[in-house]
Amino acid sequence: MPMEAGLLKAMITTAAGRIIDSADELTALDSAIGDGDHGINMKRGCAEVLSQLDAIAAKPAGEALKAVGMALVMKVGGASGPLYGSLFMAMGKSVGLKPATLELLPEAFAAGIDAVAARGKSTAGEKTMLDVLVPTLETLRAGGPDLAARLRETAARAAAATIAMRATKGRAAFLGERSVGHMDPGARSSQIIVEALSSFLEERA
Amino acid sequence: MSENVSLVIVSHSPDVARGTADMVRQMVGDEVRVAHCGGNPDGGLGTDVQKILKAIDEVWSPRGVAILVDLGGAETNSEMAIELLPEERRAHVVLCNSPLVEGAIMAATEASGGSSLAEVRATAEELSPR
Repeated sequence: MPMEAGLLKAMITTAAGRIIDSADELTALDSAIGDGDHGINMKRGCAEVLSQLDAIAAKPAGEALKAVGMALVMKVGGASGPLYGSLFMAMGKSVGLKPATLELLPEAFAAGIDAVAARGKSTAGEKTMLDVLVPTLETLRAGGPDLAARLRETAARAAAATIAMRATKGRAAFLGERSVGHMDPGARSSQIIVEALSSFLEERA
Repeated sequence: MSENVSLVIVSHSPDVARGTADMVRQMVGDEVRVAHCGGNPDGGLGTDVQKILKAIDEVWSPRGVAILVDLGGAETNSEMAIELLPEERRAHVVLCNSPLVEGAIMAATEASGGSSLAEVRATAEELSPR
């Protein structure tokens, strides 16, 4: 099904808004095992995306996703800028000039995840955003009825699963065993973005 | 070739970045151009791709530019900045996997003798834990 104009704009608005609303929670999670700036950094990046929203939404979907990624790269400040930036830039590159359809999403999302893994030199299981993104991709690929609800459930379960993990990447790796018992802030921000996607799918269903 | 490899110092803290560059200048002199940047786009602790791109441009040398970083985000943002460079410059900028202050001084010492970018990086990286 082709995405009507304005849909990507609504999707970006929802996701960026939810990240901004969750800034304090993300910062609290990051204070436990990182350097305590994830919320404020992501908030700054998302505010930049929203400030460019009209220009971004006027572009074809592939270019719009790249522009979202570039805004995050330029404004977030922490490691999460290049990581989330690479996710959206690679998704945009994967969509290319094709007209945006939801059927393109699994392939684009897979390309985005590859870019995050390359940028972070990381794989799933290392207490990072990949621990939410990778299971989300599996659910997306499986498709089927109630996709929105299952995406939400997958992301929630995957983010919660990072609590028991030991970090080997990023600042949290310095903590070693002490990183166990805390949810990864990047996994949580990824969960929030997947939840925004779910709400968006539910609303248009 | 008269020009030497240049250095870019990237720290989460603008003060640390400036202080490291000062130490390099005092110990190695002006034969090696050094740019420094630190702080996120709002001026708080962090790193900023745009500032890193600007710093690379400021000391651009056809011999190459070696980047020294402190912690994870500085590394990720510097790698991102390298990818965003014009293609003809990209291969002439490298990230050194070394401690910031010590690595910068070793790299500058090596660069001041006219060494290649690969030699400058190798000298800085001798300090890395293996």
